[in-house]
Amino acid sequence: MILPGWILGGMKHAIRVRGLKKRYGEVQAVAGLDLDVAHGEVFAVLGPNGAGKSTTVEILEGYRERDEGEVTVLGRDPARPTREWRSRIGIVLQTADDRAELTVRETLRHFATCYANPRDPDELMEQVGLADSAGKRIRQLSGGQRRRVDVALGVIGRPELLFLDEPTTGFDPEARRQFWDLIAGLARDGTTIVLTTHYLEEAEALADRVAVVARGRVVAEGDPATLGGRGTAKARVAWSEGEIETDTPTAAVLELSRRYDGEIPGLTVTRPTLEDVYLRLIEAGEPLADGAPQTVGSAS
Amino acid sequence: MTATPAPAPRTAAPLPSPIKIALARAAVETKVLFRERDAVVFTFALPIVFLVLFASIFSGVAEGTGVTVAQLYTAGLIGSGVMGTGFQNLGIGIAGDREDGTLKRLAGLPMPRPAYFIGKIISVLVMTVLQVAILLAIAVLFYGLELPSEVSAWATFAWVFVLGVSAAAVLGIAVSSLPRSGKSAAAVISLPFVVLQFVSGVFIPITELPDWLVNAASIFPLKWMCQGFRSVFLGDAGAALELTGSYELGRVALVLAAWLIGGLVLCVTTFRWKGRRDG
Ligand SMILES: Nc1ncnc2c1ncn2[C@@H]1O[C@H](COP(=O)(O)OP(=O)(O)OP(=O)(O)O)[C@@H](O)[C@H]1O
Ligand SMILES: [Mg+2]
Repeated sequence: MILPGWILGGMKHAIRVRGLKKRYGEVQAVAGLDLDVAHGEVFAVLGPNGAGKSTTVEILEGYRERDEGEVTVLGRDPARPTREWRSRIGIVLQTADDRAELTVRETLRHFATCYANPRDPDELMEQVGLADSAGKRIRQLSGGQRRRVDVALGVIGRPELLFLDEPTTGFDPEARRQFWDLIAGLARDGTTIVLTTHYLEEAEALADRVAVVARGRVVAEGDPATLGGRGTAKARVAWSEGEIETDTPTAAVLELSRRYDGEIPGLTVTRPTLEDVYLRLIEAGEPLADGAPQTVGSAS
Repeated sequence: MTATPAPAPRTAAPLPSPIKIALARAAVETKVLFRERDAVVFTFALPIVFLVLFASIFSGVAEGTGVTVAQLYTAGLIGSGVMGTGFQNLGIGIAGDREDGTLKRLAGLPMPRPAYFIGKIISVLVMTVLQVAILLAIAVLFYGLELPSEVSAWATFAWVFVLGVSAAAVLGIAVSSLPRSGKSAAAVISLPFVVLQFVSGVFIPITELPDWLVNAASIFPLKWMCQGFRSVFLGDAGAALELTGSYELGRVALVLAAWLIGGLVLCVTTFRWKGRRDG
């Protein structure tokens, strides 16, 4: 049997996006974006404010309509969602400020009634650190507690594919670690996860792959450890009287040590962090900002 | 990049039935309605305050019919109560749900969309039944209202009430899409409601209004709802006070049903699940 390519693509990947475009009035929010996310993968989308991350993610979730491009999410076009399709997807939106008079427990139990095989609300509250707030009304929660409810609601239906749009905004460091554990656990169980974040250490801790989006398109993509040539980048050896970039830092340190006859004053040896690479990529994308017409098409 | 083969769908179990979800929505909506204390006080207290006011201002009996002011205003205030919870509160409430993201969140759930509307309508029904019960109790206890004893009167009450609440609720759902934001909703939705109360025989007997106002009011459901409730609480003696000398129950049913169907069509065609900033 011969299957058309888009069906095969949709089966091989949890998400497949080609040439996605979306504009709001004068703003080209997404300008020809391509993405592939494999089943079971944890995929992080990085990018500056206004890069088009939320627009892209909400198109994939079936919330926003696209202007152009091919999109397949779990084998379907998200512009035509079905209940069955929705039940396989978990969503944590970037902004959720509904101030309900329901308690945390009531809210989780209620959302659970929409799914075939939901997670146990009490266990889930434990996992996201809401056990002590179970009886509190949503309206009375702190910002970070409120966000934990969002995350809990996103995973309550045991989604195959989970979208998290800046999920840890407002989390204290402990809550963030707890969240990382939760996500790592979901990933181990085979959940595909798409996450946007401004915390690069979060992307590094969680993601199998990252994409850097700037001005509505992907400017770099890959393993966070090697993104933008990071894996093979030269190391920087710095000391109080100078610094060099080198492929052979050990040799350089030995050489310096000989020169200083022992201790090298103020020695540090570093490789570029994900943040260094990210900032370089974002700056490289910048010239497009100066009114240059954005080229149409599927470059990259 | 590794592309592992697609895992078998995990949920072999069927999705919960739409009816189960609709009932769960109804329970949640009702709970939330009663927890919004200001709204509850307002909904229950307002008709009572009006009843006390009007019964004190216009005491006495309409000449020649034996109809009391308490009877007249009880009927009118039940009509306005139905419109208040169904149209005004519901419309403003949904506009708020749209503004603060409640609707957007629900739209992302594997929930059949009608379940949301059914939940809202059932919660409005519960609220309105209570509101009417309290109003009737006060009218009976303090203003000597005599409840009708014939079954037929209560049967009329039941259909006018159910038809009225449903029509008001679908109109409330439809009107919620009109205001540009949750903040402007109260003004946009309350204004027509207040005007309607004045021209539909709630505050001022419809016989005292100029013809053109009566004609205008006759387009809208509130006038007909009040007329239906008058037939219940004023009885045959009160029919003489109607413009046509009859309660025209057939037309009441027809107009309310027309608004119900029109409102449903509007809901289905114009309802917005997203706020204006949601892309
Ligand atoms: N509903 C909307 N109406 C008009 N313009 C919009 C709308 N949503 C987004 N935009 C514009 O589209 C662009 C991309 O926005 P988007 O929210 O996708 O960015 P983002 O990458 O998620 O940013 P952030 O990191 O701040 O969340 C921005 O310029 C934004 O102003
Ligand atoms: Mg965003």
